[in-house]
Amino acid sequence: MSNFITETTPNRPVYYDNDPQGDLTTLNLGPTHPATHGVFQNVLQMDGERIVSGVSTIGYIHRAFEKIAEHRPFYQITTLTDRMNYCSSPINNMGWHMTVEKLLGIEMPKRVDYLRVIVMELSRITDHLICNGILGVDTGAFTGFLYLMEEREHIYEIFEEICGARLTTNIGRIGGFERDFNDIAFAKIEKFLAKFPPVLKEFETLFNRNRIFIERTSGVGAVDPETALNYSWSGPILRATGVDYDVRVNEPYSSYQDFDFEIPVGTTGDVYDRFILRNEEMWQSLRIIEQAMEKLKKEPKGIFHADVPEFYLPPKEKVYNNMEALIYHFKIVMGEVDTPKTEVYHAVEGGNGELGFYLINDGGRTPYRLHFRRPSFINYQMYAPMSGGMLLSDAIINMSSLNIIAGELDA
Amino acid sequence: MGKIANQEITDKLSAKFGDQISAISEPYGLLTFETSVTVISDVLTFLKTDDQLKFNYLTDITAVHYPEKNEALGVIYHLHSLTNNVRVRIKVFITTANPNIPTATTLWEGANWMERETFDFFGINFTGHPNLVRILNVDDMTVFPMRREYQLEDPNRIDKKDYFFGR
Repeated sequence: MSNFITETTPNRPVYYDNDPQGDLTTLNLGPTHPATHGVFQNVLQMDGERIVSGVSTIGYIHRAFEKIAEHRPFYQITTLTDRMNYCSSPINNMGWHMTVEKLLGIEMPKRVDYLRVIVMELSRITDHLICNGILGVDTGAFTGFLYLMEEREHIYEIFEEICGARLTTNIGRIGGFERDFNDIAFAKIEKFLAKFPPVLKEFETLFNRNRIFIERTSGVGAVDPETALNYSWSGPILRATGVDYDVRVNEPYSSYQDFDFEIPVGTTGDVYDRFILRNEEMWQSLRIIEQAMEKLKKEPKGIFHADVPEFYLPPKEKVYNNMEALIYHFKIVMGEVDTPKTEVYHAVEGGNGELGFYLINDGGRTPYRLHFRRPSFINYQMYAPMSGGMLLSDAIINMSSLNIIAGELDA
Repeated sequence: MGKIANQEITDKLSAKFGDQISAISEPYGLLTFETSVTVISDVLTFLKTDDQLKFNYLTDITAVHYPEKNEALGVIYHLHSLTNNVRVRIKVFITTANPNIPTATTLWEGANWMERETFDFFGINFTGHPNLVRILNVDDMTVFPMRREYQLEDPNRIDKKDYFFGR
């Protein structure tokens, strides 16, 4: 206990101040509490079952990604981004690729943009599936979770078909994809598009009008839009308060402007609103994927990367047989490609909000400075203040619906 | 993209703050300028509260370290005007000997953890911050690890030096 509370750290709880009678209980929620799905510690002061105040301690799985990134060439940083929000790592990967492409001024072919949109929207669905499924578990309904996990499995099979990995995908390369989607991948996407809507419908039928669920979630953790903006919230939890900020619309990347979709917004910003909003976003993601599949049919087949030999690795058989390709291969791997000495900020709409990459480049092999604007980190700081006055069990489902991912929180 | 042109924003800022706004550039369309530590609070307040600009959303606060420069530490703010859909980037350079800068927590609650993170890694002292303690690193750490003098790996290792790569 004395590790966390000293009088020199003013905002950390000094128990005797708030508690003259000594009838409050100190409760350590975490760091490895089964109800918090990740490494989160909150030191709570409890009056019975009600939280009086709390302090979040974070950093348990801090891995110094920003420092490591200063020592790695651009293409090796993709694997670091995987490990931030590991529920939707393809979005992180694509966000990073697009940041570098913006820096280098690479124009992407439309087909690659659409393929990326498919991958990103699929991973948005996995992210929301996890969040809403777990929210069901935390409110005492295990069934929905199991239904949804099966579908997540199907999405992971699609990722596996595209890039070989499931969770930490390392999908795509700077300048495109490492290989084209094969026919099995497309077939799996088609199958998913056919099979998923009834499951999601069933999930909604289980929860949306379920009286127990509504009474459990509605009014819990309600946030007004001013407070949410003041705390720099972004993503579904901001939109649940009624602010229609979505990076996909505000600053379209990867040809999102070609798609017709809606940004659902909530009204009260409570746990129930966030749940409904995430479900609705999954429907919109499905719409986007369907449109992307249609658009792909009109694009020339076989294009899966931009024509940028200085930045995109040539195929191996060319490296062995072709002088040019060998030179490019060597230059890319050794990091001898000239890059502009400037800075770039690129944001994508991640599963939890605005995922930003701020890259300062000095023309060297590695970034001079790379900063990740991590939505989980910024969204989580309201958690302890907003828990004051809540019941402990409400605070648990509130954390669940904020969808804080420990890897992204601590980076 | 945005409803307000970058030129309009710079005109307004220059009219108000004169030569305190310097090094104006637009890398990839994102308006970037430097200002001084004495007026940074006023600049942020002006950007946030101006009826037309309305930079009401604090996207990010971070820092960068250039050890060879006199003012080695740079604090970098990214603001976003959601109504106008335009971003700005503000830089303030301060010395390592005197790394003090006024806090932005008076304007945005969200600045709290961003500033704690920046303090944790770069040792920037945000004066007026309600609780400027380490956030991701352990409390008893004595260095600011993102400064360039702290090597990631064994400093005697030479096989990754830039001169082996033609630089």
